[in-house]
Amino acid sequence: MTSVSVRDLSLNFGAVTVLDRLNLDIDHGEFLVLLGSSGCGKSTLLNCIAGLLDVSDGQIFIKDRNVTWEEPKDRGIGMVFQSYALYPQMTVEKNLSFGLKVAKIPPAEIDRRVARAAEILQIQPLLKRKPSELSGGQRQRVAIGRALVRDVDVFLFDEPLSNLDAKLRSELRVEIKRLHQSLKNTMIYVTHDQIEALTLADRIAVMKSGVIQQLADPMTIYNAPENLFVAGFIGSPSMNFFRGEVETKDGRSFVRVGGVAFDVTDYPGQAKLRTGQKVVLGLRPEHVKVDEARDGEATHQAVVDIEEPMGADNLLWLTFAGQSMSVRIAGQRRYPPGSTVRLSFDMGVASIFDAGSENRL
Amino acid sequence: MDSIADNNMVVGYETAPASLMAGARGRKPRRTLSRRNIIVYGTLTLVALYYLLPLYVMIVTSLKGMPEIRVGNIFAPPLEITFEPWVKAWSEACTGLNCDGLSRGFWNSVRITVPSVIISIAIASVNGYALANWRFKGADLFFTILIVGAFIPYQVMIYPIVIVLRELGVYGTLTGLIIVHTIFGMPILTLLFRNYFAGLPEELFKAARVDGAGFWTIYFKIMLPMSLPIFVVAMILQVTGIWNDFLFGVVFTRPEYYPMTVQLNNIVNSVQGVKEYNVNMAATILTGLVPLTVYFVSGRLFVRGIAAGAVKG
Repeated sequence: MTSVSVRDLSLNFGAVTVLDRLNLDIDHGEFLVLLGSSGCGKSTLLNCIAGLLDVSDGQIFIKDRNVTWEEPKDRGIGMVFQSYALYPQMTVEKNLSFGLKVAKIPPAEIDRRVARAAEILQIQPLLKRKPSELSGGQRQRVAIGRALVRDVDVFLFDEPLSNLDAKLRSELRVEIKRLHQSLKNTMIYVTHDQIEALTLADRIAVMKSGVIQQLADPMTIYNAPENLFVAGFIGSPSMNFFRGEVETKDGRSFVRVGGVAFDVTDYPGQAKLRTGQKVVLGLRPEHVKVDEARDGEATHQAVVDIEEPMGADNLLWLTFAGQSMSVRIAGQRRYPPGSTVRLSFDMGVASIFDAGSENRL
Repeated sequence: MDSIADNNMVVGYETAPASLMAGARGRKPRRTLSRRNIIVYGTLTLVALYYLLPLYVMIVTSLKGMPEIRVGNIFAPPLEITFEPWVKAWSEACTGLNCDGLSRGFWNSVRITVPSVIISIAIASVNGYALANWRFKGADLFFTILIVGAFIPYQVMIYPIVIVLRELGVYGTLTGLIIVHTIFGMPILTLLFRNYFAGLPEELFKAARVDGAGFWTIYFKIMLPMSLPIFVVAMILQVTGIWNDFLFGVVFTRPEYYPMTVQLNNIVNSVQGVKEYNVNMAATILTGLVPLTVYFVSGRLFVRGIAAGAVKG
């Protein structure tokens, strides 16, 4: 059952097209993350769904009801903002109950809903305080509570954790996930943080210039990016790209990059490669093996430029095939700068894109 | 835990090299009579005295009798303090046929200023709020027109306004003058409020809309409580501006409704009889007292308002 459905949605500000004939179906109870860098239209899309921006064309359905021209309050949504957007002059309790009072809900029912939200979010001791007396994490919890008391089917999050420090961010991330698991509401979550996207989402929609580049579950997005943009956007450090040409020799396929020939016979989409085709080979840092080649496996030599020990992981920056390349290995394996290593590649999890269309092959 | 921490601190302290222990410590000493301080405070004092001198002369003169003024030493303090000129300025000085002093003008000014300030601020704040948050079609054009209005010289508009007021049947009345003040305050006040509301986090407005609040609910429940500082600023601007207005007061009212400034002018510039400098000084100070009080009283409120409004939500 679809919960939110966006049909051919376009939005123009004057001559600028922010969203271009966008389609999106979100299932009931699904956690969908809109991911993209700033200016890609993800927040704009969320604001359109919320009814805070008027669309230029297209339709929006929430629970199979056309809400394209409905007021935000009539859409059955609750929204959480990046800056918390708590009413500064009201106590936490008044912040939570404001919308319910506006909607003229009976006081007893208001009290019940506020108490329930406060219990779920564990903010009961804060109810009498003003927002200025709360920490960032507490404020965001209250902001989530304000969406919660509305008793709605769809929660919209607009970069809710971006104003918090790293530690709080990961705490609240877990809390939002827990909230989703217990409430089972539909949640649409906008972020530019890929970690948030990968950890929270049932599905991620990666956006660029108002167009959804790929819509899939996090693992598919990570392991099989649809195009070069998604591949480069997801993952930190980002995927290593090698521009080269497909060669065939003795029944095996290679991607030749300068003096190096990558054996891509094991690549799942190998059948789609044509000899002489210009391609981009993408290898994630953790898909490169250092001094771990199986017997008989082809290896390549490279020299370590920089070592970045990160605790659990160790990141090596090497010069290989005439360019810089990052490799992720286990934290306890150390290679001081200048070490020579033997690299081998797991082509089963590599990505190859056509250099022209930039789409996955 | 505490004792361990304490021990660690003591150990660290004792093992620090001697070179780190010696030398400067504690608060940085400050010299109060440095050359820089003397220059800065000296200049400030001089400038302050320069600006205070006219006020001093006015107060001193207003407390002297006419014989003493004729002696001619304007800086000398009064030998014999008299409040006669103040009483005369307030309740006896003649303008035209009326001899009831500035009091008439004072009450006229109050009756002009209070409604003008309230009405202009009420309308301008809603204007600013609508322009900043609701971005209706043509909002930018409307705003531009309003701002251009602020740059058109008053003199150009005086005659057309006289005609408009006459047609409306309010020419020469307090109502007419209040309308004129309200309209002329609109561009700058709208700009002031628009910029203030535009500076408030947009997400607050969005959150209120998701909560189901409409135009007026958001204005009264969300925006107003956050806007005390800007209301105080607007009030200071309007009270002083309207109280000090002379041109509109002369042009748009009849003598019985003349505001205090116009009456002051008439008292000071009356050509008949002796020039009563002491009465003139007292009358001038009396007229300036209201803006002065507003500055002093709301100045403090203003600072408090900013401090209260500075808390981020």
